[in-house]
Amino acid sequence: MLMKALSIMFVMIFTQNYVLVQFLGICPFLGVSKKFDSAIGMSGAVVFVMTLASAATWTIYTYVMVPNNLEYLTTIIFILVIAALVQFVEIFLKRYMPPLYQALGVYLPLITTNCIVLAATILNVDNSYTFLESCVNGFSAGVGFALALVIFCGVRKAVENARPPKCFEGLPITLVAAALTSLTFMSFTGMAEKLFGG
Amino acid sequence: MKKQWQILLNGIFRENPVLILLLGCCSTLAISVTVLGSLGMGAALTFVLVCSNIVISALRKVIPDKIRIPCYIIVVATFVTLVEMVVKAYMQTLYDALGIFLPLIVVNCIVLGRAEMFANKNNMIDSLFDGLGMGIGYTMVLTAMALVRELIGAGSLLGKQIIPEEYTIRILAQTPGGFFMFGCMMALLVWGLDRHGKKFKPEMGCDENGCSNCAMAGSCTSKEKEAAN
Repeated sequence: MLMKALSIMFVMIFTQNYVLVQFLGICPFLGVSKKFDSAIGMSGAVVFVMTLASAATWTIYTYVMVPNNLEYLTTIIFILVIAALVQFVEIFLKRYMPPLYQALGVYLPLITTNCIVLAATILNVDNSYTFLESCVNGFSAGVGFALALVIFCGVRKAVENARPPKCFEGLPITLVAAALTSLTFMSFTGMAEKLFGG
Repeated sequence: MKKQWQILLNGIFRENPVLILLLGCCSTLAISVTVLGSLGMGAALTFVLVCSNIVISALRKVIPDKIRIPCYIIVVATFVTLVEMVVKAYMQTLYDALGIFLPLIVVNCIVLGRAEMFANKNNMIDSLFDGLGMGIGYTMVLTAMALVRELIGAGSLLGKQIIPEEYTIRILAQTPGGFFMFGCMMALLVWGLDRHGKKFKPEMGCDENGCSNCAMAGSCTSKEKEAAN
């Protein structure tokens, strides 16, 4: 059980990192990585919402949708659950945890339309994870996103000081830098199988 | 009719969703590995975009402004579910190739961005052509990237082996290659526009220029938040 959870964690953070290996959540990855503060804020919000969303969607899928044969509505129900959840979290934090709301508030509405949350919840049920595994999966996918965002934030700072050819200025050189960052994550390929005997 | 033609061309070239508006990066990078997958994804996205644009434009006076984003998401999700079912029932290979990115059309920035930027301000006919133009523009960029990545990365075209496998650059078909190709394509566009005396600097993210050139402006509500604070 613990081994399985650890294995999911390692795979989601390193070998199958959502951003740098699976191309999920590229928009916030490129959009919010300019400043370190906003990168941290966004990552925190993503980890928080993804863990909650994994738990909520798993429960709804297993206890409401499967007994009623509603699996074909997965996409539409999950996105509604996520949208409602994000809204609820926003209201709750504003009321009961103002400091946390100050830190994450601006990034919360962006998360509804962030593809990694929906992807994580859909992949949870596709892989038929248990409740605990789903939560671990959501949490560690969020941590993987955070790791990629923070690393890339540093890389981007260095890139911005460089002088690329004129036509590469701005986003193009940032994308090339992202390519190199994702190249480093390719070195984790196969490590999970060695470590956890996949 | 002339105006509609203009809107259509606008979506394909002048405001190409991927290269100029910088929307929908995730699926562009992930799907552009094979030409067949790109065409399938392009067709699926065009269908969803056209349908959701028409419906949202028709309902633009009914949808309350405060909850418009959730309303858009429901409309888009309905059409995505439709496409998902059809593809799963009749095109199993395409369904496998697109994988998770088919249901993820729901949160694709192009669809939500066009709903916010175009459909809720224009009539149904114009919105239809905008959806069509954007869809074709997306498909074109995706297919162009896939042509290079499939030919050089896997040595094949539409599944047929053309270059022997030992002479291919495999990295182009993998994740880093996606980022790299996209960056190079954008640089090529900037270079081309520069030669015709046009200035274009692709930028993305929250910076001092405000939301005007951010790809997430369409679905982002933080600017209203800032205004409210």
